[in-house]
Formats: sequence, C-alpha cells, structure tokens
Amino acid sequence: MIEIRWHGRGGQGGFTAARLLGLAASVYGGNYAQAFPSFGPERRGAPVLGFTRIDNKPINDHSQVYTCDYVIVLDETLLETVDVTKGLKEGGILIINSAKKPEEFNFQNNINVRTFDATQTALDVLGAPITNTVMLGVAVAVTGVVDLEAVKAAIDEFMAPDLREKNKEAVEVAYNSIKGVN
Amino acid sequence: MSSAKTNKRFLSGDEAVAFAVKLSRPDVIAAYPITPQTVIVEKISEFVAAKEIDCQFLHVESEHSAMAASMGASLMGSRAFTATSSQGLLYMCEMLHYVSGSRYPIVMVNANRTVAAPWNIFGDHRDSLSQRDSGWIQIYVENPQEALDVTIQAFKIAENPQVSLPVMVNLDGFVITHTYELVEIPDQETVDKFLPPYQTTNKLDFDNPKSLSFTASPEWQTEFRYQQYEAMEAAKKIINQVDEEYGKIFGRSYGGLVQEYRCDDADYVLVAMGSVAGTTRLVVDKLRAEGKKVGLVKLRSYRPFPKEYFQDLGKKVKAVGVIDRDISFGYEGAVYTEVKAALFQPGSQVKTLNFIAGLSGRDITKENLTEMFTKLEAIDKGEKEDEVQFIGLRWA
Repeated sequence: MIEIRWHGRGGQGGFTAARLLGLAASVYGGNYAQAFPSFGPERRGAPVLGFTRIDNKPINDHSQVYTCDYVIVLDETLLETVDVTKGLKEGGILIINSAKKPEEFNFQNNINVRTFDATQTALDVLGAPITNTVMLGVAVAVTGVVDLEAVKAAIDEFMAPDLREKNKEAVEVAYNSIKGVN
Repeated sequence: MSSAKTNKRFLSGDEAVAFAVKLSRPDVIAAYPITPQTVIVEKISEFVAAKEIDCQFLHVESEHSAMAASMGASLMGSRAFTATSSQGLLYMCEMLHYVSGSRYPIVMVNANRTVAAPWNIFGDHRDSLSQRDSGWIQIYVENPQEALDVTIQAFKIAENPQVSLPVMVNLDGFVITHTYELVEIPDQETVDKFLPPYQTTNKLDFDNPKSLSFTASPEWQTEFRYQQYEAMEAAKKIINQVDEEYGKIFGRSYGGLVQEYRCDDADYVLVAMGSVAGTTRLVVDKLRAEGKKVGLVKLRSYRPFPKEYFQDLGKKVKAVGVIDRDISFGYEGAVYTEVKAALFQPGSQVKTLNFIAGLSGRDITKENLTEMFTKLEAIDKGEKEDEVQFIGLRWA
C-alpha cells in the first residue's frame, strides 16, 4: 500500500488533489484507494492535511496515516511552521512547490527532495496561483501510481466543464516537465 | 487506462448514504443538518433539486421536528428517511420512542459523534448507545460501501410486517462519513425489485378508519410492549435473511447480526463495532502470521443484540476483549456489559476485558489493537489486568 500526505493551507485545494488522485487510481486506474482530509472544521489559510492511500486490494485500514511514502507540499511557507518530513518512510520522497533547487533545502536524515515551481506553472496555464492540479501532475510523474490518462478522466468527472481543459493542461504540463527532466 | 465502470464511484460515507436513499425511493425526507451528517442532507438536496428523487423534502427547523415530520409521513403510509448525529439525535429522543412505540418503519442514518460536554464534533458511539432503549434497531457499518448497502437493507428490514420497527444505521463520524473510497452503486431496477414500494395497514385511511399513536391504559400497555419485544426478537432472523438475500442479488453480504473474522480456532477474540473492525482485521492477519490464534467479531446489530451468538462464543474461546467507543459512567462500556452478560453461561471459563478507546475522534491505532490482544493473552496466562482499561490514556 502506498500512503501519500498532502500539505496545504485551507482553500488551496490540497484535499481536492488527494481526492482526484484517489478517484484516478480507483475508478480509472483499476486499484483501490482511500482519501480523507485532516478531520474537523477547516479554516481558509490554516495549515491543513489531505491523505491518499492506494493499494491493489481493498483497503481495510481506517486508522490515520502515520507513515508515508510521499509527502507533497503545495505551499513552501508551511515549512516554517510544520514538520513536513514527519513519518516519511526510508526512501520516501518529499515533493515541494518551490522555485528553489532540492539541494537548497536543509533537512536532516538525507531526505529525498524534489521541487517544482508549481506557482509559476499555475500562473502560466491557469492564470491564477492555484497549484493543486499542477502538483497533482508532479505527483503522478514522480510516484507512477497512476496513468496520466486516468488523472485526466478523473478531472473530467470531478470538475465543472469550464475548469476541465485548463486543469488537464496544468496536470499535463507538470507531468511532462518532470518526465523530461528524468 | 482501464475503462471506467459507470457503477463504481469514489464516494465518502455521507455521499454513499445519499445514493442509497435515492435508490430506496423514499416518499418523504425531513432533516436538519449537523456535522458530520451534513453532506448527506446536502447531497440529497442536490438530488431533489435535479429531480433525481421524487419525494417531498422538508427542511425542518430542528431534529425534534425532523422526527415528528417523519412520523407524520409514516403515519400516512409513506416511506420516510431522516439523518442526524450527536446532539441532534438527543434532541429528537422523545420522538424516537413515539416512532418505535407506534411501529413506524422509518430509516435514519446517524453519523456517530460524541455528545457534549466537552464540546467535540468527532466520532464515538456515545450518541447512539445512549438511545439503546428507544426501541430502534441499531446497525453499525464499517465503510462507505457497507453504509450504502445497509441503508438500502434497512428499509427492507424495517418494513417487514414481522418487524415494523424503525432502523438506525450508524456510521462513524469523519472516519466513514468523510473518507472517500471506491463504492459500487447498484442499478435502480435491481434495487426496485429488492425493495418494492412500502405497503402497510398501519396508516391513516378514510376507508378503514382507526386510531394510531394513541393512549393505552394499564390494561393494555404491557401487551403493546410485549409486541415490541416480539418484533425485536423477530428482527434477529429478518436482519440475517435480508443480508443474505442482498448478498445473492448484489454480491455483497455482511454476516447479518455479527461477522466473524478468523474466529474458527481462535483463543483470543476482539469484539468491535464500526470502522475499527477493518483495522482490527489487519492486526489479526499480522498476529496470525506470527502464530497467534486471534480473531475478530464485528458486532453489527446492537439492537436486537445477538445474545445467542455470544452464549455460544463463550464456550469456544479463552478470552474476549470488547472495544467500546463509549463509557457508561458508574459501570463500564455499554457494549461490554451486553457481551459479558451473554458470554458467561454456566460452566464458561472465558475471561474478559473492556477496552475504552476511540473516544471523541481519538484514533485507534494498529499498535493499540495489538496491545489489546497482548492483554487478552496475559489474563489467560493468569496475569492481573484492570477489567476496564482506557487505551492510550495520556497519563497512564
């Protein structure tokens, strides 16, 4: 089972990304998935969490996520107040929305860091600094847990018609950009 | 990319319930929103607005009114649904007894949440368990799929003429209500065959006038209570039958009153209700791989209580632990009291412990569950343990 934790601020769409990934992996990817937010009342701007679990068999675990294979950070400023590396497994990857290079971050324990300037891509593609679908594209490219086509199908099901094409483009631009680097 | 199957959706528990309600074709829905049930009401509102449900949807001013309106609907022979949680359930408490005593087969989904004070919106079973004696059937589900399946089953159980009792379907607040999982949605035609329109003689009818929900004198009240008792006893059989029939048609069944997991040769068994059952199964698998003879009993029906099952279990296993997401102050966990009373038959040597866990949204971890099994083995080997244990207490 793969466990992914999403860090964002209330209103940035972190949980939407967690859900889209779960939807893509299960309904359109032939696997099983679970997605849930950090439970409780959420406030715009406050640090919030989203979680996605993906497995090739039904997921019975209903306890919270304590360790994860991937951590995805939508908002770099969270690093000042939140320990985003908490519970990251040995060999796990921390993916940060940042214009910086991975080596510019100083985490203990040789954390494997990937960065992507999702804010710039969001401004270019969506015309607004909404980074959740861009980071979803990054996550899909880095993790390989689901096909790009499945994610696009999930966006078609999930989003209002006027948002679909732009967001699919956002996912694809990020995905291709990461794949090109590899 | 695999092609999408249109009947599979990625839904939260609340959304799954709303789909089940739509498929069950209620005539009247009366509800008042409360966290973590709110999404059920929102989603149903969307279905009604889009004319996907043909029903009267009443936005009432309180939960007391929600249940009163549902009772009025049922009194006219309509199929009625409502949903609530926590303080809302307590607010409709008076009406719960009116409905069960008048034998109206209303289905209500309760998103389990603790009760104030201290104020807290998170999940435990203290709301529904406090309504043990309200005369409602109470079933607890484990995940969004079971929430959908059991909500449909609930109408069939409630409306069975041998039962004619209201059913409360309980799903853990947030852990099920707000968790998205793959859910298979049955097609309307098959559900229609499984659940035909509600037919009853227990209704107001100009052609066959009668009194309903009336006053009973001491000469007759006992007889009414006896009939409620009999109906609950009959419900034990009907819950099993409906689950079995559902399984044959839809491919999913849940064991009826209880569902065992790896209990056949088990020495140590945990009894759990709701979402923690799934996590417990993982722990059972892990401990079994280490050679421990452990098992899980998922208690699905709290009322009627499967007394006969536990009487039998008490003869087969060495120790039983009961997980209570509640506490009855002055005694012990409410589920523990019931299980223990049934387990201890003459000659039974079974040992028991009560684990108070998962209160007000506190997570029950795999480590917690492993610790519970370890303690069961310890008391079996003669070690002393407190009978009632609060799991994960900060200053323990």
